[in-house]
Amino acid sequence: MSFSNLDTLYRQVIMDHYKNPRNRGAVDGDALTVDMNNPTCGDRIQLQMKVEDGVVTDAKFDGEGCSISMSSASMMTQAIKGKQINDALTMSTMFSKMMLGEEIDTDELDFGDIAALQGVSQFPARIKCATLAWKALEKGVKEQ
Amino acid sequence: MDVKAIRQLFPILNQEVNGHPLVYLDSSATSQKPLPVIEAVDAYYRHDNSNVHRGVHTLGTRATDKYEGAREKVRRFINASSTAEVIFTRGTTTSINTVAYSYARSNLKAGDEIVITPMEHHSNIIPWQQAAKATGAQLKYLPLQEDGTISLKDVHETITENTKLVAIAHVSNVLGTVNPVKEVAKIAHEHGAVILIDGAQGAPHMKVDVQDIDCDFYAFSGHKMCAPTGIGVLYGKRQHLESMEPVEFGGEMIDFVNLYDSTWKELPWKFEGGTPIIAGAIGLGAAIDFLNDVGMENIADHEHKLAAYALEKLRTIDGISIYGPEERAALVTFNLDDVHPHDTATALDAEGIAVRAGHHCAQPLMKWLNVTATARASFYLYNTEEDIDVLVDGLLKTKEYFGDVF
Repeated sequence: MSFSNLDTLYRQVIMDHYKNPRNRGAVDGDALTVDMNNPTCGDRIQLQMKVEDGVVTDAKFDGEGCSISMSSASMMTQAIKGKQINDALTMSTMFSKMMLGEEIDTDELDFGDIAALQGVSQFPARIKCATLAWKALEKGVKEQ
Repeated sequence: MDVKAIRQLFPILNQEVNGHPLVYLDSSATSQKPLPVIEAVDAYYRHDNSNVHRGVHTLGTRATDKYEGAREKVRRFINASSTAEVIFTRGTTTSINTVAYSYARSNLKAGDEIVITPMEHHSNIIPWQQAAKATGAQLKYLPLQEDGTISLKDVHETITENTKLVAIAHVSNVLGTVNPVKEVAKIAHEHGAVILIDGAQGAPHMKVDVQDIDCDFYAFSGHKMCAPTGIGVLYGKRQHLESMEPVEFGGEMIDFVNLYDSTWKELPWKFEGGTPIIAGAIGLGAAIDFLNDVGMENIADHEHKLAAYALEKLRTIDGISIYGPEERAALVTFNLDDVHPHDTATALDAEGIAVRAGHHCAQPLMKWLNVTATARASFYLYNTEEDIDVLVDGLLKTKEYFGDVF
């Protein structure tokens, strides 16, 4: 492997989300708020979601971390907005499978840019970075 | 010092990672193991394996002789006055916790102070936080100078008559700061306090003389000094260890066991409940022989040159931030502008270069540095200036790569 192989991990779309994060900030008014750390590396994220009648009507994040964790959070908030909360949880399970290198059907639930993170599965040390935002989502739903 | 010959003794270094020769720059996390250590552990399991201090049979005697022989090697390595003062533990963390549980909890009370520094590893912070909560003692921090050192003036001002215990790193695992532990010990003693030194990053790299430092406790790990994981040492002055209660109770550490009461073995065994880490101790003994053969002064000298060379070369990179003082141990903690340290570490790994990225188990220090994470390259006796050249080249490529995609 060399630097050209890094392109498997650092796809252009990932870097775009890192540099220009979508949905970064705080949700107006009451929101489901979850704080999540990755204690091994110091990455942290705060995820805020507005859930009305079982639908995620708004999702925002704030935090500090590497390009993978922050771009994943950006993509996730984009993808879950407007989705049924159960569908969002299904996506989280599918995302974990994708991180294990399994083939998943990303069309049905409209994963958007998330498919670009597929390459992370080849970098085991970075999988936790990519799943941080999704773990926050799961924790939030559980605590709701 | 013939580094080329030394490298031949570390089989792990002779491999490719991601298509490039491995450049291992993470010895502060754990060191690699030389053949004499690997072979000593192998030979023990092939020929001598048995439990210690009990069997009448020949293997039991051999295992005991090797285990206690390793203790004597440790005693000489740190110049303790007796093997009674050398306790084998699982590592630095267990060594510090033993003192925090046994010594601190029975000697500290409300109104007393424990003094530590913001540059400590979590394992030299949390045991004291917990001991302070349990006893009502107060945890106090020495301030850091701008370059990440401590000043003796501050030590004089922070340690008071109420200070009962001072705990400080010999060498910072992030900044590379080498603390003036002998001077701090003197000041602590003038105020009637005891001092524990976290030697995890000290003992592997320099000659340590616990009697010259005059510390009350010195804790270190085998795995950072060419020995296996799972073995460490707690040195303690006999007068303290005599009066301390064991932390673990069970086999190996008892004298007489009655139905409702028991008595303890003499030092050091009263602190070694259960079957000890026999192979680990033997591996540590072999590591000490190996380090002594190379010479601790030669190692310190070699590392001093590497640290200076690394600082000089890394500083030539535009947009690099380097943390810690000019005069330092053989490690450099840094960040590249606009590249997260995890991304830096992943990019370097693609070139076969192993560095650490993250908070280095020093979250309070990360806050002090005002960063969430950093990258760290750390060196040992087997590293060379060429390793540092490869690192610098890798960092330039990393900058270019992330500069392009941004």
